[in-house]
Amino acid sequence: MNVIPGNKTFQLLSGNHAVAWGARLAHPDVSPVYPITPQTPILEKLIEFQSQGLLDMELLTPESEHSAMAACISASVTGARVFTATSSQGLLLMHELLHYASGARSSIVMFNVNRTPASPWGFWPDQLDSLAQRDTGWVQLYSESPQESLDTVIQAFRIAESIQLPVMVSHDAFYVSHSVEPIEVPEQDMVTEFLPRFTPDLRLDTGLGQSFGAPIDQATWNRSRRDMDAAMGQVRNVVAGAGRDWGALTGRDYGPLEQYRCEGAKTVFVTMGSLCGTVREAVDALRGAGHAVGLLKVRLFRPLPASDLRQALQGIETALVLDRNYSPGTGGVLHQELKSVLFGMSGALQLHGFLTGVGGVNVSSETIQKLAVDYARIPTSLNPIWVE
Amino acid sequence: MEKINYTDDGQFCSGHVACGGCVEALALRVILNTIGNDAVGVVAPSCSAVICGGYPMSSTKIPVFHTTLESGAASASGVKRALLAQGKPDTTVMCLAGDGGTYDIGLQALSSAAERNEDILYICFDNEGYMNTGGQKSSATPMSAATGSTPAGKTTRKKNLIEILAAHRIPYIATTSPSHLNDMAAKIEKAKGIRGMKVIIVIIPCLPGWGIADDAAVKTARLAVETGVFPLFEVEGGLEYRLTVDTKSRSIEGYLGLQKRYRHLSETDVTALQDDVDQDWARLIQRVENSAM
Repeated sequence: MNVIPGNKTFQLLSGNHAVAWGARLAHPDVSPVYPITPQTPILEKLIEFQSQGLLDMELLTPESEHSAMAACISASVTGARVFTATSSQGLLLMHELLHYASGARSSIVMFNVNRTPASPWGFWPDQLDSLAQRDTGWVQLYSESPQESLDTVIQAFRIAESIQLPVMVSHDAFYVSHSVEPIEVPEQDMVTEFLPRFTPDLRLDTGLGQSFGAPIDQATWNRSRRDMDAAMGQVRNVVAGAGRDWGALTGRDYGPLEQYRCEGAKTVFVTMGSLCGTVREAVDALRGAGHAVGLLKVRLFRPLPASDLRQALQGIETALVLDRNYSPGTGGVLHQELKSVLFGMSGALQLHGFLTGVGGVNVSSETIQKLAVDYARIPTSLNPIWVE
Repeated sequence: MEKINYTDDGQFCSGHVACGGCVEALALRVILNTIGNDAVGVVAPSCSAVICGGYPMSSTKIPVFHTTLESGAASASGVKRALLAQGKPDTTVMCLAGDGGTYDIGLQALSSAAERNEDILYICFDNEGYMNTGGQKSSATPMSAATGSTPAGKTTRKKNLIEILAAHRIPYIATTSPSHLNDMAAKIEKAKGIRGMKVIIVIIPCLPGWGIADDAAVKTARLAVETGVFPLFEVEGGLEYRLTVDTKSRSIEGYLGLQKRYRHLSETDVTALQDDVDQDWARLIQRVENSAM
């Protein structure tokens, strides 16, 4: 059912169906895709669009995520706009080819639904699957809500095609993937204008005769990574630009980071994905009780916008990192990243890392509020802290 | 003596780095010239990756995408779908892989591409082992052959990939040999004209891997065909079998004798191998006869 508040068209969509809508509006030429819980509604909706003639797209349903990604890479290198989606084990199976995709400078957009990696088997929200891919050369964005997921998929194509690196967008299993909210689905014309067709200069084309990926010497391999590094260096501004332009069209601005009620804050929470929603509630409650607390939401995780983070944390007394993931032997991945970003920064910021919601357990607003009260101005904890 | 009927349009360039005397280079010359200009190659790590590549040089006139060892058929599918989306349905997408990338690690992706009946031409250069890594056994290594990982001889049979592919009921499967270049060119030409999945397996006697003399690869390939160790035939639609060399005119001793990988065999071993070849040949003849009914 469509409802129309004001002059905008809204549809009730789950997070995954919002992703499929974002992909449909971006008009991929080729989509190799393999089912996995809890990603499958993205695949099914996309195929429904295609089978109803609403999306003219080559659909490829191979035997594994590994082959899906292999087909994504070669289709992208042939000059096609490519979309795929996966989750957890599927993403982990792709790992070898994730390196290949960035090395080949493909412009794939992939949606990942964050789910616990086995063993033991679980189907629950946890970000370790995508965080474990941080060294593969993919740009990584994390979404908090169905609307943000739709908007980010469209922006992701702009980003991937601007810098010729693949982009992965993730949202949390169930909390976002299966929650339903009224979504503003943008007009096709607007998206088409935002996302003009793109043909890479270097591509597999019988008229050009260029080859890709042949064996090379050490110096050329080294240069390929320097080129990737230069492209990674542009990502922060490209993400900011895409978010700003999208905001001008829709009224929904996005950036590499978002600061929520950080004015005059002494303590900030730093987190990603669906936890941001609960933290907003906790911040509102804490502010109501007179605590100077804010939220720093990390939307762009790779490359980590280091200078934005340092600037956002300037003058803050205590930063509390909430990780919905656990990297054995280290702790929370975002905590680890923050430590490296803040190293050598002047000031007396105290940093604490909390393992919250690992394996998809619920994290209440009350639990989060208590952390802000208990850890304000407590000296930095070197080790991660498990939160019940 | 067979006259070779084929025109060299310079699709395969000199300066490639195949071993001197390697018949994979010879096969590539015939294949690339038969395929022509309107084609894209997808190459899995194998001897053909080395022969085609070496950035910034290329021995092929057509553009080539180098992919991972297990992804040949999936990557070729991706290229084909992109070309379809671009309105170029007639461009041939040809995958070149070795037996490791086909019989072993690439079998899953190959089976899936076959099941989807992708419009690609998949060519397997079967040198019966991982020769690019110094000669270890693959599932295409025949019974009793010595390799780096089967020094006393392999104790199990060569995987029958043709039967596996035939069970997928794909439009076209064929075997060919660098000893029969007209047969090779005819099969490539035929495959080029068929829409859907085509697989051609080319026997490639490997000079160092099989332990044969530098000038003996073509002869060894010919004996593989004439002994019935590697029969030349086609399978259409997974059901219609047709021999393209229809006689088995020799026993296997001469074939085995050219190769160091078989030199440890006893007389009993040779007899057992001959029995296997005879039984396989009889089964093949049965399939051919059933097809004619």
